[in-house]
Amino acid sequence: MSIAIAVGLLTAAAVYLFMQRGMVRIVLGFVLASHAANLMLFAAGNTAYRGVPYIGSGEVGEQADPLPQAFVLTAIVIAFSITMFMVTLAITTTTDDDTEDVEVSPARLLAADRGDTNDAGYFGLTTESGDIVVDRGEDETGDPWPEKTPDTGTASGVENSDPAAPSAATPDTEAPEAETTREGETR
Amino acid sequence: MTEILPPLLPLAVGVPLLLAALGVALRKKRLARHMISLGTLAVLFVFAVLLVIATGDGTVLVHQVGLWDYGVSIPFVVDALSALVLMIMSVLAIASVLFAMATHEARARFFHPFVLVLMAGVSGALMTGDIFNLFVFIEVMLLPSYGLLAMMGAKLGAHGARIYVSVNLLASTLLLVGIALVYATAGTVNLAELHGAGKEDPAVALAGGVVLTAIAIKAAVVPVHGWLTRTYAMTSPAVTALFSGIHTKVAIYAIYRIYSLLFDGDERFLWVALLITSATMLIGVLGAVGEKTTRSILVFHMISQIGYILIGVGLFTLLGLTAAIFYLLHHMIVKASLFLSTGAIEETYGTGEIDKLGGMLKREPLIAVTFMVAALSLAGLPPFSGFVAKFAIIQATLAESHYWVAAVAVVVSVFTLLSMLKIWTGVFMGSEPADLQERALTYQQRMHGKRYLRVQAQAETPTLTIGPPTATTSAVLAGKQAVKVPFKLIFPAILLAAITLFFGLGAELLMGWSETAAENLLNPMDYVRAVSGA
Repeated sequence: MSIAIAVGLLTAAAVYLFMQRGMVRIVLGFVLASHAANLMLFAAGNTAYRGVPYIGSGEVGEQADPLPQAFVLTAIVIAFSITMFMVTLAITTTTDDDTEDVEVSPARLLAADRGDTNDAGYFGLTTESGDIVVDRGEDETGDPWPEKTPDTGTASGVENSDPAAPSAATPDTEAPEAETTREGETR
Repeated sequence: MTEILPPLLPLAVGVPLLLAALGVALRKKRLARHMISLGTLAVLFVFAVLLVIATGDGTVLVHQVGLWDYGVSIPFVVDALSALVLMIMSVLAIASVLFAMATHEARARFFHPFVLVLMAGVSGALMTGDIFNLFVFIEVMLLPSYGLLAMMGAKLGAHGARIYVSVNLLASTLLLVGIALVYATAGTVNLAELHGAGKEDPAVALAGGVVLTAIAIKAAVVPVHGWLTRTYAMTSPAVTALFSGIHTKVAIYAIYRIYSLLFDGDERFLWVALLITSATMLIGVLGAVGEKTTRSILVFHMISQIGYILIGVGLFTLLGLTAAIFYLLHHMIVKASLFLSTGAIEETYGTGEIDKLGGMLKREPLIAVTFMVAALSLAGLPPFSGFVAKFAIIQATLAESHYWVAAVAVVVSVFTLLSMLKIWTGVFMGSEPADLQERALTYQQRMHGKRYLRVQAQAETPTLTIGPPTATTSAVLAGKQAVKVPFKLIFPAILLAAITLFFGLGAELLMGWSETAAENLLNPMDYVRAVSGA
């Protein structure tokens, strides 16, 4: 009975959180939902009137079924990894979420906490490839990032010297061949 | 043959996983990564062909993993259906990877490892004989997909990735709940042991219904199809082609398998399936009417075709199942071919919008022919495989006297043809837009000349600079080369279009295999006997 009530409460809370706007709340909703599912799996093993499933702790028939508990272990691992991925999605992007103000996007808050106003997350940048922008390091092919500044003259300024007014959209298209969003793909 | 193959079944999961790890380790060796990935997929294809040959006479290959006894073990089971689906999926994976290599997407360090993990999950999901294990392998499939979406989401941004992850996670949680209920009511999750349990016990039937609902979300059946159209149309063409042939189709396979074993083809629920499939066919095809880009039209058609494939569940006769399995195999090939041929245009000219393209028939005759073959096949005209598939499906519905379903299928076919003609006239006929070449050059430069962005932290205001352009880009920008789709981009689509022609002219071969698979689904006792070793 207590498991049934817990499952009901968790599911209700999860549904409530799914309906929220922020990604972090949705992630928390999924955490609760997976807990509800795990408790249901436990209940399938008849925990209510049976003992612990340790070897030698009693008759086999009296012990709870260990298989659902093994299921729960597997499910916890899977849910944890996906939760991590979703949290990452929540903090790495600022401008793609049409439900939240840029000011309170987690990415921006994190960058502001570090005082790192050069961080891409801070001034709300969307790169077309979705890359995390780095100063140096390795590019996507694994080659070291060239240190020299390219002399193609295609630098596009992000018109926000003022951190209080972050440009939430993609960088302005004044410069030729600047990153415009791919044409016609926004729906 | 039938003695050698079963112990090798787990290798289809293990080997791609190991090689994916190796691919991640080879940081600087792009060529080695390409070779590992294509080699693994080719070996998987050969393995699948061997399985198709071995199961061609209705044999069911079983391997109890870890050699545990029946009832305790998690069996790997392969019959004609799983072998066929695995064969076609490995072909699709090869074509999509070739396309991604041509667009340079596959140069990313994690692309090939993700694809290999994805294929490991696919092999496992198609072979496993245990519902909980199916859930695990579906998750193994999904995790690299999230990575691919986030990586290739040039246009998608994280917005689409969020929808995709959220919906799939919700469906997975529901699937887990369903599995818990099945275990609670039936006391087992082994499919062979569950045989017929849904027919005898309403409680198990209800639990199975929860499982099927969760899988139907993954298969994008109307009314739970919205996530598909909002995510697939926004990622890159290579990834769309790969996903279109794999994710929803594994879910469809699971629906067939579970309905055949758990419900034993129970006839009381068939009308529900027919109702849902008719709605899926209609709503999918009508959704395509208002779309403006080639890919979003094709994604809506994907939904309507899923309706056609699932008619087989609603009929559950030998004829219906045979037609549906044939349809499933044909559809995977044709859909991917369409995604790749329009994707080749999109990747070269920088847009998939019908209004901004035109005159491609003169400019790219090879793509035009490839598209035409696949489009006519999708609409169901002879001599391609689509005609055979649709004809057989409609024949099967008439044989069961479900006249209204047959009528819907015919009407939707006409709409499909109209949609294909819309793409044809918009993209291939007519005159070229004046700025086509210019737009293509800009796009090419953006994609290949400036793949990297960085923030110059030293400057007073953070500015973005673009990584070094390659020599080819400079030549293109100097206007020295006219923009044309390179052959390596067209090749994967041609390959798949050739297969649909082959299956159209040689339908007898695939029909025979499909019939074997349908017989296995209709008489699940063979499956049960093989797994239980009785």
